[in-house]
Amino acid sequence: MHLFGVFSIFIGLLLITGIYCMLVSFNLIRVIIGFEILVKAATLLIILAGYVCGRTALAQAIVITLIVIEIVVMVVAGGVALWVFRHNKNIDPRSLGNLKG
Amino acid sequence: MTINLILLFSLIFAALWTVLTVRLIRSIVGLALTSAVLSVIMYRLHSPLAAVFELSVCSGLISVIFVTTVSFTQRISKDNLLIRRKERFLKYWYLPIILILAGLLLSRYLLTPQFTLIALEPAKELDVRNLLWNARHLDLLGQVVMLLAGALGVVVLFKESKK
Repeated sequence: MHLFGVFSIFIGLLLITGIYCMLVSFNLIRVIIGFEILVKAATLLIILAGYVCGRTALAQAIVITLIVIEIVVMVVAGGVALWVFRHNKNIDPRSLGNLKG
Repeated sequence: MTINLILLFSLIFAALWTVLTVRLIRSIVGLALTSAVLSVIMYRLHSPLAAVFELSVCSGLISVIFVTTVSFTQRISKDNLLIRRKERFLKYWYLPIILILAGLLLSRYLLTPQFTLIALEPAKELDVRNLLWNARHLDLLGQVVMLLAGALGVVVLFKESKK
């Protein structure tokens, strides 16, 4: 059983979990959490690719960039969720269509 | 390999708990747990610096951001919680079936990879710090721009509207 194959299965399962969470949830924070799980799957895939190809330094550099961008996206997404709550008194993503202007 | 498998199963269980639990705070704790397990896996895959970043930023800082966001929003009532729990159970009943089927399909096609890996021997390359500062300096520039954009976004979004 190859290392890449075993890890790929779990990365695939993590991707499915994240996508499912994003698609089914009626809570904006839970949608962001689903996105976060997706990013974790991508992070693991990059690190695994670096390990298998013997280029862990490059993989680490890319992952550090990914984490910095991820934190910015999360902060802004949290701000958007608060903004939606102030306007609609709920954080249902379906009510995002009510925001105009 | 056994330790890797235990860690990978822990990762999936933590992610599933994050998705399936009803309370948002428990979901956030599950996400932090997922990050912590992922950082251990990253450490075992010879990426200690990225593991430290993952543990400190994703497991710590992002959890704090989520808890802050949740604390600003309204708590769900008990009646609504029961209704939502029932709805979630009805909504999520096929998730384990999808996961098992996906696992079986992936194991059928990926456990015996049909491709050859490009480089199995460790390539001689720079240290991660040298690589980041010298070879990938455009990434650093992008990070700085993203951080500034994020700071600007937070200022705009968290600004109280004038009444």
